[in-house]
Amino acid sequence: VIPAAFEYTAPSTVDEAVRALSDAGEDAKVLAGGQSLLPVLRLRLAAPTVVVDLGKIAELRGVREDGDALVIGAMTTHYDVQRDHLVAEHATLLARATDTVADPQVRHRGTFGGSLAHADPAGDLLAPALALDAEMVIAGTAGRRTVPAAEFFQDLFTTALAPDEILVEVRVPKFTGWRAHYEKFNRVAQAWSMVAVAATVRTERDTIAQARIALTNMASTPVRATAVEQALVGQAATVENIRAAAAHAAEGTSPTPDGNADVEYRQELARVLTGRALSAAVTA
Amino acid sequence: MTATIEPEVGKARARKEDARLITGRTRWTDNIVLPGMLHLATVRSPIAHAEIAHIDTSAARDIPGVLAVYTGADLDAEQSGMPCAMPVNGDATAPRHAPVAVDKVCFAGDIVAIVIARDAVTAEDAVAAVDVDYRELPVVLDMEAALADDAPLVHPELGTNKWAFFAFDSAEAGTGSSADEAIAAAERDPDSVVVKRRFRQQRVMPAFMEPRSVVVDPTGEQLTVWSSTQVPHILKTMAALTLGLPEHKIRVIAPDVGGGFGGKLQVTREEMLAILAARRLGRPVKWTEGRSESLLAAHHGRDQIQHITIAARRDGTVTALKAELLADMGAYLGLFTPAIPVFGAFMYNAIYKFPAYHFAVTDVFTNKTFTDAYRGAGRPEATFAVERIMDELAAELGVDPLQLREKNWIKHEEFPFTTVAGLTYDSGNYEAATEKATGLFDYDGLRREQAERRQRKDPVQLGIGISTFTEMCGLAPSRVLGQLGAGAGGWEHASIRVLPTGKVEVVTGTSPHGQGHETAWSQIVADQLGVPFEDVEVLHGDTQVSSKGLDTYGSRSLAVGGIAVVKAAEKVVAKAKRVAAHLLEAAEEDLEFSGGRFAVKGTDQGVTIQEVALATFTAHNFPEGMEPSLDADYTFDPENFSFPHGTHLCATEVDTETGRVTIRKYVCVDDIGAVINPLLTEGQVHGGLAQGISQALFEEAVYDDSGTLTTGTLADYLVPSAIDLPHYVTARTETRATSNPLGVKGVGEAGTIASTPAVVNAVLDAVRHLGVRDIEMPCSPMRVWAAVHRGQSDAGGPGAEAGGGLGSIDASGGAQ
Repeated sequence: VIPAAFEYTAPSTVDEAVRALSDAGEDAKVLAGGQSLLPVLRLRLAAPTVVVDLGKIAELRGVREDGDALVIGAMTTHYDVQRDHLVAEHATLLARATDTVADPQVRHRGTFGGSLAHADPAGDLLAPALALDAEMVIAGTAGRRTVPAAEFFQDLFTTALAPDEILVEVRVPKFTGWRAHYEKFNRVAQAWSMVAVAATVRTERDTIAQARIALTNMASTPVRATAVEQALVGQAATVENIRAAAAHAAEGTSPTPDGNADVEYRQELARVLTGRALSAAVTA
Repeated sequence: MTATIEPEVGKARARKEDARLITGRTRWTDNIVLPGMLHLATVRSPIAHAEIAHIDTSAARDIPGVLAVYTGADLDAEQSGMPCAMPVNGDATAPRHAPVAVDKVCFAGDIVAIVIARDAVTAEDAVAAVDVDYRELPVVLDMEAALADDAPLVHPELGTNKWAFFAFDSAEAGTGSSADEAIAAAERDPDSVVVKRRFRQQRVMPAFMEPRSVVVDPTGEQLTVWSSTQVPHILKTMAALTLGLPEHKIRVIAPDVGGGFGGKLQVTREEMLAILAARRLGRPVKWTEGRSESLLAAHHGRDQIQHITIAARRDGTVTALKAELLADMGAYLGLFTPAIPVFGAFMYNAIYKFPAYHFAVTDVFTNKTFTDAYRGAGRPEATFAVERIMDELAAELGVDPLQLREKNWIKHEEFPFTTVAGLTYDSGNYEAATEKATGLFDYDGLRREQAERRQRKDPVQLGIGISTFTEMCGLAPSRVLGQLGAGAGGWEHASIRVLPTGKVEVVTGTSPHGQGHETAWSQIVADQLGVPFEDVEVLHGDTQVSSKGLDTYGSRSLAVGGIAVVKAAEKVVAKAKRVAAHLLEAAEEDLEFSGGRFAVKGTDQGVTIQEVALATFTAHNFPEGMEPSLDADYTFDPENFSFPHGTHLCATEVDTETGRVTIRKYVCVDDIGAVINPLLTEGQVHGGLAQGISQALFEEAVYDDSGTLTTGTLADYLVPSAIDLPHYVTARTETRATSNPLGVKGVGEAGTIASTPAVVNAVLDAVRHLGVRDIEMPCSPMRVWAAVHRGQSDAGGPGAEAGGGLGSIDASGGAQ
């Protein structure tokens, strides 16, 4: 109900935030939108000594263009991502996935960077970040470094971030003109994904020229469905071809069984939902 | 005011409670703050079954701001045991249900110590600092396993995990013939069929919006208890009996209460502990639970295994019904725990003319949170079983399930009808409700679409589910409760006070917690006394004001409490008439009362009830020998239950590739008798449907194999929101109850009782042709998928890890 006592600091620059984290040592937590951290604190599943709130750092919010990439501030809320015209145009897949995050209240509070740094395998923004080859820009005491999504997500709730580092922005290459769909499967609207499929394709006439597909909650990290991608490229965008390619969706996945889905069922869902995601994407 | 005034009863008025409830500008228990108030928090066992080896409270006591830490041993001389008002098992001594466990914990959530501190934060910190050593014992979680000879015993002093056995047999009762004989005969008869099924009523949690809260002030002459409860009057009496307090020294107040659904039909350990702590420390004490504490420790509902046998002739005529249940009590007995299945015992036969009926329930203890009332309390379980088995019988016979029902139900012209369970249904019209429902539903059209989808092997199959339900409301004729061994009657009380200015105060012994009694009672009294709706104030929930009552549950408030209001109003009018006659210098029999005015027949002379009220107040010119008061009381004890009924039709689309169930169309036609306010009844039906549908598709309290509740947050326990539920097509037929002057039956539980089997029947109807015989509730996507693809009916059931949600969050992870 009531979190254990902690020190709270709300720096106004990234440098101050990094210093605060570095000073606090391993028992510090970064507070972004709070949609995952606050419940954990209130359940006393976590008891950090220091909470560093990024909410007052203006430079961490917003979406801008930088050449052939979009740069999305880590503290940009889901709501702001969802309605951003640059994201809609150049990273349609991310926009569609963000549409499905929880409910309007959560989307107004929760942040893109917070979701990625939390690295819940059932979170909806990890798979799009992986599919789009997003790059994570990380600030630490030694300066800034950039980590590709494929290396950023390391395990369940575990990323490349060191305890004294902060995810400051996400560089998403432009996928202008790509069609996209995020097919999410959960039991009630506000629940986490049991399985979801992020699919984006570039079609030339009726042929699939390029495809990028990543799966949510099919392993301890998001997974690229490379076998499906390979099977699709150069194929006509027909129901039969999509179904044949989607049959590869579970290859290389290692989902965790739970009360909502065992392994066999999750893998079957991945195949079915990949087919549906692709069918929706090619007609989007 | 004229005689042509529009009646209030029947008007779709928005609730007068809405402004304060919706804006939250009201008094809930948790926002009561008293000078010097202390905060109580509980230390709960994380282990389902263990001896308490040692409790070290020293570190907690040392925290500044902590006033006391009490263990079971510290409180044992005073804490007594929690009451069970209807133990069912007359001869046996119920196992002690101590507010704080003394030697042994029996479920994960049992209280082992309480902390009292100056503020809530310190109290929580101190809870974390109490160190308890447990010696773990083997757990027993499954009812069937609990009855095995070598099962670990929840209460070793009983020598068994079986608590009580209750049976009803129509041959023994003389209300019908022998079910066993009829079933045996049917098994021998080639022209008959016997269908047996095992149904599982999963455990669910009431999940009321406002968590429980109690504040106790011991500083006045009366000990004052505020509690978020459905039952302030029962709490007052039970607190006196449990703790040995003089009843007249206790005042209980249920301020605005944010929902209950039966979950607050309880006298709680925490209420008793707050009283004990406040008395010991001489200062006000507050306890408010968090959501997870509520899900863990407030009583749960349902949790039965039902073995149902139905016999019928091949022409569809039913010949016998047998219901044999196991009911999970959990670890202890609450106020009505063993009574819940008994409240359903007389409803399994439902609307059908079974000539033979047998019911039996065996109550079982397990190492889980105790169960008790949850919306419908026994009747949803009964309705589920009979409506499911009627569909199974229809499938066995190859007939339309609606036609099978029609062949067997009580015809409209057969009312009043005494059933095989011995109840007399006063009224009903199943034909009318069903005809209206099938029309709104387009039953024939959907059946055609279903056939067409089957034909082309559509991955999305359509199913139609039916529930032609009835229930018994209006708890209850006191003599019936007495026969069932209850510790109280079933009457209800009302008082009407006519103020000098002609305004009216109505005091009700019912205790609303979201239903809208203030609005409905005002409408009733406005018509009875001919006063404006706005001139009526309804008072409730404070035992100093409402001195007598039996509170709100079992859809009883209107059918019992509302009648008490009418009867009290009739007494007011009778008194006022005598005064009016005196003032008008006329004979009483020459007066007529209409629209709030007493008129001398055939003249333009008259007085209003407000004028009579003022004349009564002044009493200057008053009838000789008459007490100068118009006020009146009435305590109404119903002669019979009331029997709402209806026809619910559900069409589901079942995606055979993913197992997802989507409700395509839901039509319900409820017959709840006369309606006081159609907006309120519509709200009750909507909320009831949500809860019943949710049991069918979403909710389940799951324990892992060690007895840990894995659905302990609302991220893991799936309560649907509006977007997860369909648009409801609701309609009514109106067959008035003949057992009360308003003709009302009750509506609070109808939607919940009716909808669960309608949904599950629809799911099965969609996939039965694929070889699926049963799918356990909730019909989750995995369960439906596994039923279609593996022939398994209970995938992902109890013992499983929670799926996703906060249960999956690793505390060491990188939460941001």
